[in-house]
Amino acid sequence: MGKTLFDKIWEKHIVKQIDNGPAVLYIDRHFIHEVTSPQAFNGLDKRGVKVFRPQQTIATADHNVPTLNQQLPIKDLLSRQQVDALIQNCSNHGIELYGLGHPNQGIVHVIGPELGITQPGMTIVCGDSHTSTHGAFGNIAFGIGTSEVEMVLATQCLLQSKPKLMRITIDGTLQKGVVSKDIVLYILSKISSSGATGHAIEFAGSAIRNLSMEARMTICNMSIEMGGRCGLIAPDEVTFEYMKDKPFAPKHTYWEKALAEWKKLFSDEDAVFDKEIHINAAEIPPMITYGTNPGMGIGINENIPTVESVSETDKKGLTASLEYMGLNAGLPIKGKKIDYVFIGSCTNSRIEDLRLVADFVKGKQKAQNVEVWIVPGSKQVEKQAIHEGLDKIFEASGFHLRQPGCSACLGMNEDKIPAGKYCISTSNRNFEGRQGAGARTLLASPLTAAAAAISGEVMDVRDLL
Amino acid sequence: MSKEKINIIHSRFVPLNMENVDTDQIIPARFLKATTREGFGNNLFRDWRYENDDVSKPKAGFVLNESKFSGEILVAAKNFGCGSSREHAAWALHDYGFKAVVSSFFADIFKNNALNNGVLPVTVSENFLQSIFALNENESLLIDLEKQQISIPSSGLSESFDINAYKKNCLLNGYDDIDYLISIKEDIIQHENSLK
Ligand code: SF4
Repeated sequence: MGKTLFDKIWEKHIVKQIDNGPAVLYIDRHFIHEVTSPQAFNGLDKRGVKVFRPQQTIATADHNVPTLNQQLPIKDLLSRQQVDALIQNCSNHGIELYGLGHPNQGIVHVIGPELGITQPGMTIVCGDSHTSTHGAFGNIAFGIGTSEVEMVLATQCLLQSKPKLMRITIDGTLQKGVVSKDIVLYILSKISSSGATGHAIEFAGSAIRNLSMEARMTICNMSIEMGGRCGLIAPDEVTFEYMKDKPFAPKHTYWEKALAEWKKLFSDEDAVFDKEIHINAAEIPPMITYGTNPGMGIGINENIPTVESVSETDKKGLTASLEYMGLNAGLPIKGKKIDYVFIGSCTNSRIEDLRLVADFVKGKQKAQNVEVWIVPGSKQVEKQAIHEGLDKIFEASGFHLRQPGCSACLGMNEDKIPAGKYCISTSNRNFEGRQGAGARTLLASPLTAAAAAISGEVMDVRDLL
Repeated sequence: MSKEKINIIHSRFVPLNMENVDTDQIIPARFLKATTREGFGNNLFRDWRYENDDVSKPKAGFVLNESKFSGEILVAAKNFGCGSSREHAAWALHDYGFKAVVSSFFADIFKNNALNNGVLPVTVSENFLQSIFALNENESLLIDLEKQQISIPSSGLSESFDINAYKKNCLLNGYDDIDYLISIKEDIIQHENSLK
């Protein structure tokens, strides 16, 4: 029987298999940030243990940081203490830190790929659930808790049980105005936010092959929203082309050698998955969420489900969600007035996302009733956007390009959506209070968000193309 | 470093009959700014517990605020702990005093985080879960880790639950994963050399 892509990578990283227990899995790359690492370093210090392989850990400050005036000291005392603790811990243990002001700083899942630190065939972890993003390069990448961060710092290994395997194949051609965010919101609406629990998800099919690396990352990013342990896509020419000139990609003969290895990374024809799902790309409309988990999504022209139409177990959840969201069952979502537009987060803050938005809003004006925040994923994205003059296009439309960080994705810094306000957001979670206590989040693609920024309400972007 | 041992948990329970309870609800992001593991229990379910973030105004009707419910076991509907990987969720539950969470379905990362922090995740069938929710608030649950069994003493109803043998052994004896990994460092170095 053939092997899956996941199997091939997994097997290569097993140090030891414990009888009736988990495997000891070797970790190639470890990313850390200010929020989930301090307690891990405290733990190490208590044990009197040093970091085992400091060169394999890379740190950045992203969750807590302001997105305006980053050159000034952070105002919020607790945020500042967390960022300072990261600086101190990295310096004590010899870990490379891309902190505030560093040209490589940014959201941890944006900088790994753009610097070429993220590579095919690796095992990659970070104390952050959206580590699944890196799987777009054909590796095993997953989020861990702080105790596990401590494990990796101490031993470069984790104890892990092998997940089940699921393949989602998307064939066909996407409609105009439909982008990778819509694909992933569509899958979520079909399989629900627990549909892939316990599984590693391989995304395959012609529609995936035709996507850029940025677009693939958006899909793998939200594997965790389906409950998946990780998401991955077999590397191909698109991957290699993207990787080629990245600062930390292998060079010269090392590149040739790496490439030969990477080309072996695919699921064999006769590999067997525990679960298979097939989707026709042509059926996917621009998507939007109406509820308080990412599985609660509909096509932009559909009506919000009625309580009668959902299963018995979902009735209570739907009613509570709609009450929180201030939306009505059975009615259209199109035309809903919105207050904020957030374009950012590790789902959609890469240069391609900003280009897509700039291209769409060029020559158009922002609606009076909305406030728009465009937050680049990294310093590099910011620099590139300015280099291409996207900041000028945004200014002319009434938007402002801020500085990189997680920002309103989770509202740990000042970028919070006020209670009761509606925000159309390109991020990945619409949980109650995620963007600020009482905030109401509608998840959508950068294009759908840009269309709302112009019209001031939820609309079908295809009407403006 | 040895950890707290877990075996028998016999206690009343707090029924949180909600699905998809995500870690943003268990502990909202604004409380993640600490650099230590202590004190998160006060902010457990913060936004469901208090009106306008005001601790002097507990929300009526939320289970943690109802004096008729208490105990070391939280019982929740399916897909508990989905969302963010924040271990702070497990710290908050533990700090508040929960030793076990019972549900018909747990999110993967949460399950690991709970196991690493002295909170036992017990997965039961949907039917068993419903029989717990149907109980009167004065009844108790008995969780026996050694036997991998959860039962309702008043009715004698019981069900066995799964747990990985390695993890079970760690919990029963208070072993710590990091101690184990450090003890096999030679194997790790050998693995690194084999890849060179
Ligand atoms: S952008 Fe949002 S989802 Fe991504 S790492 Fe930051 S907080 Fe997490």
